[in-house]
Amino acid sequence: MTELVKPNRRQFLKSGVMLGGGLIISFMIPASAKRLADKSMPDPAATFAPNAFLRIAPDGTLNIILAHVEMGQGIWTTLTMLIADELGVDWDKIKVQHSPPGQAYAHTLFGIQITGGSSTTYSEFDRYRQAGATARTLLITAAAQKFGVDPATCRAENGMVISGDKKAGFGELAAAAAALPAPTNVVLKPASEWKYIGKGMKRLDAPAKVNGTAKFGMDMQFPGMLTAVVAHPPVMGGKVKSFDATAAKAVPGVKDVVQIPTGVAVIADHFWAAKKGRAALKIQWDAGVNATLTSATQLKEYQALADTKGLPALEKGNVDAALGSATRVVEAEYFFPYLAHAPMEPMNCTVKLTKDACQIWTGSQLPGIDQMAAAKVLGFKPEQVSLETVFLGGGFGRRATPTSDFVVEAVEIAKASNKFIKMVWTREDDMAGGYYRASFVHKLKVGVDAAGYPAAWKHTIVGQSIFAGTFLEAMVQNGIDSSSVEGVADSPYVKDIKDSFVGLHSPKVAVPVLWFRSVGHTHTAYVMETFIDELATSAGKDPLEYRRALLKDDSRNLSALNLAAEKAGWGKPLPAGHFQGIAVHESFESHVAQVAEVSVNADGTYKVHKVVCAIDCGLAVNPDGVKAQMESGIIFGMTMAKYGKLTFKNGVVEQSNFHNYRIARMNEVPEIEVYIVPSSEKMGGAGEPGVPPTAPAIANAIYAATGKRMRQPPFEKIT
Amino acid sequence: MYKLTVNKKNYDVDASPDMPLLWVIRDIIGLTGTKFGCGMAQCGACTVHLNGEAVRSCVTLVTRAVGKEITTIEGLSAESTHPLQLAWLQEDTPQCGYCQSGQIMSAAVLLRENANPSDQDIDEAMSGNICRCGTYPRIRKAIHLAAQIQKKGGNS
Repeated sequence: MTELVKPNRRQFLKSGVMLGGGLIISFMIPASAKRLADKSMPDPAATFAPNAFLRIAPDGTLNIILAHVEMGQGIWTTLTMLIADELGVDWDKIKVQHSPPGQAYAHTLFGIQITGGSSTTYSEFDRYRQAGATARTLLITAAAQKFGVDPATCRAENGMVISGDKKAGFGELAAAAAALPAPTNVVLKPASEWKYIGKGMKRLDAPAKVNGTAKFGMDMQFPGMLTAVVAHPPVMGGKVKSFDATAAKAVPGVKDVVQIPTGVAVIADHFWAAKKGRAALKIQWDAGVNATLTSATQLKEYQALADTKGLPALEKGNVDAALGSATRVVEAEYFFPYLAHAPMEPMNCTVKLTKDACQIWTGSQLPGIDQMAAAKVLGFKPEQVSLETVFLGGGFGRRATPTSDFVVEAVEIAKASNKFIKMVWTREDDMAGGYYRASFVHKLKVGVDAAGYPAAWKHTIVGQSIFAGTFLEAMVQNGIDSSSVEGVADSPYVKDIKDSFVGLHSPKVAVPVLWFRSVGHTHTAYVMETFIDELATSAGKDPLEYRRALLKDDSRNLSALNLAAEKAGWGKPLPAGHFQGIAVHESFESHVAQVAEVSVNADGTYKVHKVVCAIDCGLAVNPDGVKAQMESGIIFGMTMAKYGKLTFKNGVVEQSNFHNYRIARMNEVPEIEVYIVPSSEKMGGAGEPGVPPTAPAIANAIYAATGKRMRQPPFEKIT
Repeated sequence: MYKLTVNKKNYDVDASPDMPLLWVIRDIIGLTGTKFGCGMAQCGACTVHLNGEAVRSCVTLVTRAVGKEITTIEGLSAESTHPLQLAWLQEDTPQCGYCQSGQIMSAAVLLRENANPSDQDIDEAMSGNICRCGTYPRIRKAIHLAAQIQKKGGNS
């Protein structure tokens, strides 16, 4: 199906014949593509094997192959629209699939195969349209030859090439098109000819998701496959000292018990037997370095660090002198706990191992990294490991672990047992499994001028680095993990201040941390938007007007802010007891503003009645998909504000399941309105940017209602 | 051995009496549309019908299901034409999709018992089902739409 082509910068496009006479369009990423991967990554020049982004079968079926994975964000449909518009397809003949791991599917900006950073649509906007345009050009050339006409008289639409009264289906033309040389350049359609882009299509994955046929990693079942459940150390990072599996092996259905580096795995005919077997294990654990890790103590340590300077992420002028001469100084300290991603589908991975090959089925945001990690465990070459990416039952960053934690664990089980296994984590395993949003402390001391605007900004951030020690180490420059300070060091509120200092401490803690939907913005947007609100109210100014003044040269933030405020009726009378809070934040190249409407009850409980959201993401390829991601982000953000908290006591995670790690439910979800700013600005993301403004908008509304500033989310009750 | 009827088909299953129905359905019978989310009746991803009642199959022992009609998402309709399924598509409801089987199975009982559910009725019937993607606003709209479809006689 694929062919090996020696890479050549000029050979950007390559067409070829697919098995069965179809047309296959493959691509090479420009060698100039930005690469963040370190030297341990295989050199794409050596391993490059171009793969298809689309295939047309002789029956006209169009297979779209996705370099990115579907985890709810909608790219199954959006990437397809990009090809479909250029190609002129019969939408009903489209089939979509995830790509296998392969350098041809590397991210156009990041250089490795990854789904993340809300970047899929904009990073593929050109590549996927070009894939469609290339196929169209070849099909038209083939048709023109067949018809004996000038290609200029041909057009492709609805899965056919048409010239005058002549027409031929794509399937009919596929073999001839595949035999043609690749076009040297292709012309993309102007926006006026787009049928799908900017208008939108219904989700192509929805039919399978409403009748139970959509396959997630958890749903992998094969003859001979067993289920493995792992006993993990109760203290994060602990090790097995010794264990007795006698009782576990006596549980009917249990087939094997094996020790692996991360615990003891019980392998059985099915999940239930494996889980019962695990309960019957007697294990002595070595607690390890986290035996004394307790969240309250950690907070004190972080607070003490926040009183010291830290490494400079931003340093301008002389902030201490400027604070000394400020009209007024406002201080605040914020604390953010660890957070678990808690996707609905707990981590799982299926592994079939033979002497010289390993097959993996899982839902992963980093399939290439996982493939290599599995190969390393087995002493295999990466090409001996195949990985099929199925639907992800939620990702939120958790299924993109640089260490490939859950894939490696499953491979270790298969290796130790020599059995075909599906490893299944319980919800409790998932909750205690690490790779959390790191805990952070922010300490601010801001001097304001006579008009009440910030004139000196001193800000210290304390929290673990997610990039240090990973293949994305390059994101740590001069000791600064950019994800720890994003949204602060580059804040539009700070950039014009002459005297500013943003310092960072990245304490090393043996708790694995990871990107979590909207990453650093989960805490930085909260700090900036609640603190700016505080500066506004302490200066006696309207929070919207105050922001407008500070963002006067920031047209995109401003247009989102103004649209949200207008649609929410900011400043207009509200139902009795209702109060509004506003927030605006740029993340992942998009600008999002939200107005939350909240009422607080006498007992301190509160209700979020409504959230009005405006986003400027440039061109919205699938507008309803953008709206869906804003709704999703808002509810995700509300869960963070109300419930998001994961704590340790003596190294043990204190939360275990959805009863004590709560997620917002139907009865508490606000009415949500989403507006897309008509924009021809640079395209941005949608999966994450909806999250950051929600919690601060809610907190600001709570302040409006109660006069209380919420500096330690979550807050379920205002006391 | 237990005799079970799932989606009007009979199965003899070899399971221990403490085995939750969820794992019988998924791992023994092989119907994977019903999902495992929490194992303690907190998230509703495993919702199935037992004689028409919505139950959390992760905490329902197999013994309780003997002699009853079990319906899973695969048995809700033959051709995905239940009003809820049609409405779900119309509202582009699913995102990751993992919780959606359970959501639809919970909503199906609501809609059968209440042809015209209010927002409050939806809150009460659906608050046992968690969606981490936050598709709740679309689920709400889809249930209202399904009520309209049902009123018009089933298939949109």
